Amino acid sequence: MKTDIILAGVGGQGILSIAAVIGEAALEDGLYMKQAEVHGMSQRGGDVQSNLRLSDKPIASDLIALGQADLIISLEPMESLRYLPYLKEDGRIVTHSQPFDNIPNYPDMEKVLAELDKLPYKVVIDVETVAKEVGSARAANIVMLGAAAPFINIEYAKLEDGIRRIFGRKGEEIVNMNLKALKAGYDLAKGA
Amino acid sequence: MEKHLFLGDEAIAQAAIDAGLSGVYAYPGTPSTEITEYIQTSSVAKERGIHSRWSTNEKTAMEAALGMSYAGKRTLCCMKHVGLNVAADCFMNVAMSGINGGMIIITADDPSMHSSQNEQDNRVYGNFAMLPMLEPSNQQEAYDMVYDGFELSERLGYPILLRITTRMAHSRAGVVTRPQKQENPLHTPEDGRQRFILLPALARKRFKALIEAQDTFTEVSETSGYNQYFDAPDKSLGIITTGIAFNYLSENYPDGFTHPVLKITQYPLPRKLLERITGACKEILILEEGFPIVEKQLKGFLGKGLTVRGRLDGTLQRDGELNPDAVGKALGREVKSYYPVPEIVEQRPPALCRGCGHRDVYEALNEVLSEYNGTAKVFSDIGCYTLGALPPFRAIDSCIDMGASITMAKGAADAGLFPAISVIGDSTFTHSGMTGLLDCVNESTHITIIISDNETTAMTGGQDSAGTGRLEAICAGIGVEPEHIRTVIPLKKNYEEMKSIIREEIEYRGVSVIIPRRECIQAFAGKRKTAQK
Ligand SMILES: Cc1ncc(C[n+]2csc(CCOP(=O)(O)OP(=O)(O)O)c2C)c(N)n1
Repeated sequence: MKTDIILAGVGGQGILSIAAVIGEAALEDGLYMKQAEVHGMSQRGGDVQSNLRLSDKPIASDLIALGQADLIISLEPMESLRYLPYLKEDGRIVTHSQPFDNIPNYPDMEKVLAELDKLPYKVVIDVETVAKEVGSARAANIVMLGAAAPFINIEYAKLEDGIRRIFGRKGEEIVNMNLKALKAGYDLAKGA
Repeated sequence: MEKHLFLGDEAIAQAAIDAGLSGVYAYPGTPSTEITEYIQTSSVAKERGIHSRWSTNEKTAMEAALGMSYAGKRTLCCMKHVGLNVAADCFMNVAMSGINGGMIIITADDPSMHSSQNEQDNRVYGNFAMLPMLEPSNQQEAYDMVYDGFELSERLGYPILLRITTRMAHSRAGVVTRPQKQENPLHTPEDGRQRFILLPALARKRFKALIEAQDTFTEVSETSGYNQYFDAPDKSLGIITTGIAFNYLSENYPDGFTHPVLKITQYPLPRKLLERITGACKEILILEEGFPIVEKQLKGFLGKGLTVRGRLDGTLQRDGELNPDAVGKALGREVKSYYPVPEIVEQRPPALCRGCGHRDVYEALNEVLSEYNGTAKVFSDIGCYTLGALPPFRAIDSCIDMGASITMAKGAADAGLFPAISVIGDSTFTHSGMTGLLDCVNESTHITIIISDNETTAMTGGQDSAGTGRLEAICAGIGVEPEHIRTVIPLKKNYEEMKSIIREEIEYRGVSVIIPRRECIQAFAGKRKTAQK
């Protein structure tokens, strides 16, 4: 078993908490994991990405090779496209549908969606709206994780455990809200 | 035996704590910052009273670390690659004195310049100072090398330079930790005055001692087990890797190597192992995460004899970090990619945050300077405010190294340039702007210095800034006339005030310091979040 994931977004959107939950779950599952993240300059509203690799065997490289990613999880639609050269032929994109527009030349949204449409395997959902429905827009990244959950090769219950451990310190209410967010994303992706 | 998910930086920090660390000394810098931050938030470190407060710059950090080592304790000193330029004076001379308590110096290099002005490979410094070096290939090795490194440093009597690069520093993996060791008791060196007073007569002896120690260093490199030889049948090619390049090679051989491989993670270079691989193989491919340092050494200046392929002959790109694809190509593999980046995808460069005070400073400054028909030059510095180079501001003309804004503006003013403006951050000012300011004061240079004070070290994630609350006093102490130290709150409603202050001080024929002060918006938001909890 090997899953190579690229997490993408804009600095400040919180892709690293998605990585943290998957990491906890993977450790619990006895899997090997490597996760390369970006700190520093680009966190100031620039494009950010993280390479997350899971395997039942030791992993050598911290970085994913071109054409090898099983999954691109993105909190921003244009950002999901930036890493396409890394996607496997039968790889999948799971992305938020709403743009984060902090540049003057953001492309026409229709064109972005058209590019996404060309890909054979994708899940495009508005995680922010879903997150608001379950309690808080701040859980958007966990809705996103839920939407990607069917494709990560980690038991769903382990991801729930990961959420309990990561958010445990913040109290039961926050944990439950995030568990709901995870479930909402999961159900949507299953239905998609 | 506990397994944790650690960033390379965190593995280093935890290893140091476990190995009996008494103090870490550092100035922030990507990708090294998280080492010190981890120690600052560790409950064990707090209980033991491990020193972890930020230093004012890398040189003060290294000297303080050396002092702690002199007193017999184990100490860690961390910096980004360019930080070692600042600390180089201490670094070159600690190679002469040697140490007492174990001392590990971490250099976090940034090939591909994710967050840096250059991509210098600090193994050059290790060779220059003739000190032993370690270059872990994974997070577990980083942990083990630091855990055992203090003892090694004490046994050899010299500091160890441990080099990591961005992908090691900022990549997370499972790490097994080891039992906590006691800290060293306070004990000063018996032969202290023979070693630590580098008067020429004594320094000459110390240099001979350093030269003699080289054989021991090499022997340790050959026998420590960190440098590993993997034999394989196909001797048409031998492959040498340094640091994390080993991982990219392994990625290309999931079922095991077919050529002999020498994995180097400890220096000086292990002579015997190099003789073995060059003796066995016709051709050598060398994969280095950084400059072609080993490659050059193996090839020799004229490149006669051994056939060596690597960054110098174009087998690998000359600049930038390695990755599995670059290594794959060097091995003649076909790299397949199925989906190109669609043309509509635009660049998304980093930018100053909405609501950031630096924005207001640049807007006011731009307006005033537009009155000078393009003669004004803005010498800026390193920090978030460097993003003022990008649209919509395009407000700065230089960013070279920390502190250079004031001194470059001074030199330009000396040459007759007017208006000569310097824009520097508060942390950068105390890091290495203060000495340049003294130069200006001593000559009453016609210069306008703007210290854009957000009361934090924002670029690297919001660390304490050494001069917070005392910048006016520092400037006055250095000798700037009090009436030309002007503070203002950079907000839209104060634009007119800001502009007139800038105008007045540009026209003043002497040293002026303007301090626009407003808390970093990220720090402000962070505090509000904590308050809500
Ligand atoms: C010698 C050296 N050390 C560290 C760094 C990393 N670094 C770049 S900017 C910066 C902090 C700047 O803080 P400040 O001047 O207060 O500006 P701010 O980012 O807060 O606007 C640091 C530590 C560097 N580039 N060079």
